[in-house]
Formats: sequence, structure tokens, C-alpha cells
Amino acid sequence: MAILINENTRIIVQGFTGRIGTFHAQEMIEYGSKVVGGVTPGKGGQTHLGLPVFNTVREAVEQVGAEASIVFVPPAFAADSIMEAADAGIKYCVSITDGIPTQDMMTVKSFLRRFPKEQRMMLTGPNCSGTISPERAMLGIMPGHIYKRGNVGIVGRSGTLGYEAADQMRRLGIGISTSIGIGGDPIIGSSHRDVLEKLEQDSETKVALMIGEIGGPQEVEAGIFAKENMSKPLVAYIAGLTAPPGRRMGHAGAIISSAGESAAEKVERLKELNVTICPTPSLMGQTVASVLAKL
Amino acid sequence: MDIHEYQAKEILAEYGIKIAEGGLAYTVEEAVQRSREIDGNVWVVKAQIHSGARGKAGGIKVCKTNDEVEAAAEALLGKKLVTHQTGPAGKMCSRLYVEAGTDIARELYLSFMIDRSHERVIMVGSAQGGMEIEHLAATNPKAIVKIYIEPAVGLQDFQARTMAFALGLGEDLLNHAVKTIKGCYRALRDLDANVLEINPLVVTKSNELIALDAKMSFDENALFRRHRIAELRDKTQIDLREVAAAEAGLSYVGLDGDIGCMINGAGLAMATMDMIKLAGGEPANFLDVGGGASAERTEKAFRLVLADTGVKAMLVNIFAGINRCDWIAEGVVQAVKNIDMQVPLVVRLSGTNVEEGRKIIADSGLPIITAETLAEAAERVVQARNEMVAGQG
Repeated sequence: MAILINENTRIIVQGFTGRIGTFHAQEMIEYGSKVVGGVTPGKGGQTHLGLPVFNTVREAVEQVGAEASIVFVPPAFAADSIMEAADAGIKYCVSITDGIPTQDMMTVKSFLRRFPKEQRMMLTGPNCSGTISPERAMLGIMPGHIYKRGNVGIVGRSGTLGYEAADQMRRLGIGISTSIGIGGDPIIGSSHRDVLEKLEQDSETKVALMIGEIGGPQEVEAGIFAKENMSKPLVAYIAGLTAPPGRRMGHAGAIISSAGESAAEKVERLKELNVTICPTPSLMGQTVASVLAKL
Repeated sequence: MDIHEYQAKEILAEYGIKIAEGGLAYTVEEAVQRSREIDGNVWVVKAQIHSGARGKAGGIKVCKTNDEVEAAAEALLGKKLVTHQTGPAGKMCSRLYVEAGTDIARELYLSFMIDRSHERVIMVGSAQGGMEIEHLAATNPKAIVKIYIEPAVGLQDFQARTMAFALGLGEDLLNHAVKTIKGCYRALRDLDANVLEINPLVVTKSNELIALDAKMSFDENALFRRHRIAELRDKTQIDLREVAAAEAGLSYVGLDGDIGCMINGAGLAMATMDMIKLAGGEPANFLDVGGGASAERTEKAFRLVLADTGVKAMLVNIFAGINRCDWIAEGVVQAVKNIDMQVPLVVRLSGTNVEEGRKIIADSGLPIITAETLAEAAERVVQARNEMVAGQG
């Protein structure tokens, strides 16, 4: 059944009539996603790509039953668009926009927390490549043709490294249930852990692959979640094993994130949590294959 | 984006935080002039570089006469200062801040930063200031107080008072401490700072609360709406290659190895660097060329990578999503032709329009080594690098 999106999910594009919104809306429609319209404030009532344009997300929800949205709005206005989607009753939102100020994302997360959990919009991104349930729906900017349908769920920060993983698996005949990009920004809508929780509930997913990287505590938190709550095996690759420690936040940063933020430390912790580690990025497909073979 | 101490202090003063009297100097004469303008009989000459731990590196000099100020300024201006935060290359000191000496009774620590995992601003304080906070966290974590601030309502007075008491600033200094703490928080929020650190915040012998040092770092993503902050950028404090990269819209970090890299996507870039290392090589740089890489941008990226004369071989690894392999291939061919490339080049293309891209490379007649997988690409570039080094013998 895949998670978050399928062929019946009614999708709108926020920032629909812009150059980037238009291009990717076309790609998503070609892939088979059910795009039912878009939002560009001030252009309500027009038709774009043969679909209705609305002034507000609420109108799109009321008039064409929008359930999911994808945000291509420029960084200065993107946080506002995400909050508008949440307020209008959108269930799932992907924010592609790269460059949203961190404090704006802090406001977005605070806004989302006001909703009771069962009514709260799920957000992935910003600064991500989106979500794809192969051969059903794409809510993102990935090259759809490299994804084969199957039973491995992928969650990762990086877009292109996720493509690399999907491509390696396709070459080995392994398919994907859903692949979710969570984004590379410091404050993001959903964590690795949040997505693993969804993949655990998905009957189609047999194995989960987590693609992490240096910085932040998220991968280890996800590993702890997997150990305590998941029946499905978790495979992980952590990028940046050879990255130098530079580019740190200021002094104060080191106190708060004193738990190992380097790739080597994360790998050690994940091994202790019984997560299967891909020793190199070129072995993501083969490592998943060996785990699948043992099921 | 980091700024200098004197710039951070100017900002803090606007937010009601007390600082010692001081002035900026670009020359030795100006430094002496500043000390003449400032009352008192002790002055501190402080090197303005983007780094902490300047004191230990000799970047902060206490002077008792104008002659000593002159000697200190001569010793610091135009010199590179190496601290454990700057790395061995050090940072050029071209500005000095001359400040009135302060009679210190107690040194405290106060900072604000955005905590990624809690998605809130965290306020951190300690009654034991002056030393590096990492050191304190490791040796005496109980001496550190942390308070999270709810973004919807901001810092509340009771939280500021809690911190003030934790810093030992009760009674007569309480109101001033609350004003200082709230001013810091407002500065961080109003100006889109990621980090604001005052270390030390001092109580003087005359019982005043003064920010003796100040560090602020700002969110690059928010500079579009903080023009005044954006103007404070000092390019002399950043790796020149990183400045050039930022101007071309590329993300570049110089490293110590000799295999140059151009990759799309930060995650794939890190993974490719891992593969190079596992294949026995060392990457010379991290470079994310980003989405929508035009031929012009590709050429700029090549020039940037090859500006590092230590580069012995170069690897291009592109997994095209928004990009198209044929665009990238055209950019690569154009770059190789325009730049007289002296080192071997390995190109691995994958994703959208990969066949068209490979054909462009093959038809170019250029001596470009191609690879199909990530592992092959890493092995071939390391081999090409080894042959290059052996050939130079």
C-alpha cells in the first residue's frame, strides 16, 4: 500500500504557476501522480496545465479535495505556505524549497505542534527531493524512472545519494515501497525516526534503508527507535566517514550535541543497536539484498 | 556567517547590553589614537579575527602606556594568528579593537543558540566563565545551566531571572541581568543569529555587568532580509576559494588531499569522498555543484577545483535528477576545452538522459576516463592519480 502517497492521493502544487513549479508539476503528472490543481495567490480562477489555480490552499481543499501539497515557493515565503497548508487541512506536505531561514522553520514547527497529533499535517523537507511510491505517485523532483516498485522503504537526508541507492537496488532487481527525502536543513518537518514509524506500519515494506550523514543526533535516535519498536530489519549508511570535523557550529553547539556527531561515532552506536551497516556507499544495494535474502 | 567581536559588541550595545569603551583601528597610529581617546590607565588591544581562543594565541594584549599599545598594534596588524580553532593556516589580523581595561571581579558565561533537536532557542549559562565551554562541559557539566525558550511566546522574565540567579546575579544586579539576558535574546531573534555567545560576561569590581567578549554568527539563509548584517561580512576571514565558490552559487570546502571533486548533492559528495578514501586516495575538496548546473556553472566549478595546484586528478560524479546528464556532459567538454587541463579526469554520469550524456563525452575525442558505478569511478580516479604522480616521479 506504500506510505504517505499513492495513485489516488489528490495533490496540489503551491507555487504552481512559477517556472520551477510548472516544470515539476508536469513531471509529476507524467509520472502518474493525481495533481488536481495548484495555488498561486492572486491568480485564482485561472487555468494552468489544464488544471484550476486557487488563491488559497483552503479553496483547493474545499473545491478539489486536495490532500497533499508540494511547495516550490521561494525561501522568503515558503514557511508561510507550509503553515497555510497545515491550517487548510492538508494531510501531507513536501517542501522542496532550499534556503528557508532556520528561525522560520522554528516558527513552522511551533505552529504545527498546536494541532492535536491526529489532525497534524505531516511535513517532510524542506530542502529535500520529495517522496515517491514507485509506479503509483511521485510528490517530488526525483528522476522517477530509476525507481522500481518493491518492498524496501528508503529514508534519507540527501536527494542524489537516495537516487544512487535506488539505482543500485534496481540493478539488483530490488524495488522500493516508498522513498522519502527528509531534507538537509538543521530543522526539518520529519525526522528519520518519524518516517521509520510509518514504514514499520506499512504492510508492503519488508526492510528499511536509512541514509544518514554527519551532524545532528537523528540517526542514532532512529536506531534506538528501531531497536525498541521495529519488527523489520533496518539497514543504514552514514555519509561523511572521511569528512573533516571542521564547519562546526559555535562553541555552545558542542555542549548540546556532545553525543557523537561524526559518521564513525554514529556507525558505532548504530552497530550496538543491531542496525546493519553498509560499509561503503557503493554497497547499499548489496547490503539490502543480503538482508532481504535472510527474511 | 561570522562577524567580528567589535561588530557584535556594537549590536549588543544597541540592545542595552553594557560594553567597555572602545574603538576600531586599522593602523598602528589609529590604535594609539584610540587609546588616547579612552580614559584610564589600562587598555586592551584585541586582534579582530573570526576565532575564539585568541588570548592563548597572543591575540589579546594588555597595555599600560601608549607605547605599549603601539608595540602591541605593530605585533598584531598584518600578521596571521593561529588558534586551535583557525587550523594551522591561521587568520589574517587586519583590524584591532582597542578597549578600556576592566577590573574583573567575576567571570560568567552566557550564550544563546538554536538547538536543532529541540527546534528551539536554548540559553546556556554558567557562573564559571572565561574558560572554553567545551572544557567546562567535559569537566564539570553540573556548572552549566540550560533553559529552552518556546518560540511562540519568547523568553519570559522568570526564565531570565532563573538564569540570573544561576549566574549568581541576585539582588542589586538582578534587574540589570534580566535586561542583559532579554536583550541578547532579542538580538538573536531580531537579526536571525544562530549563535550569540558572551564569554566572559563579567561583574566588575565596581559591580557592573559588562560583555567583555562577544561572538555572533548568523543564518546565511536569512541574510536576504538582514542587509545590515550581510554588510558586516569580512572576506579576509574566509578561504578565498570558498568566497569565489559562494559567489558562483557553489558549495566548496578545501581539504588536504590531491583528488579534486565535482559532485551534485551534499550527501552524494560526502559518499563519493568516502569512496575515494576507501580506494586509497584523498579528496582535495568537497564541491556540491547543486541542481540545474549550466555549462557556465560547470566551468566555474572546474576552475575552482583546478585552482588548487595540488590537484593530481579530478573526479566528476553526477546523479542527474533536476539536472540532465547531457547538459552536464556539454559543460564538462566545454570546461576541459577552455581550461588547459593538465591532470586526468574521470567522469561518472547517471540518472536522467544518461545515454545522451555519455555519447557527448565519447564523441568529444577528449582523453576523459569514464565510469559506470560509484566504485568504478573512485578506483579509476585513484589509479589515474597514482599514474600521474608516478609519471612526475
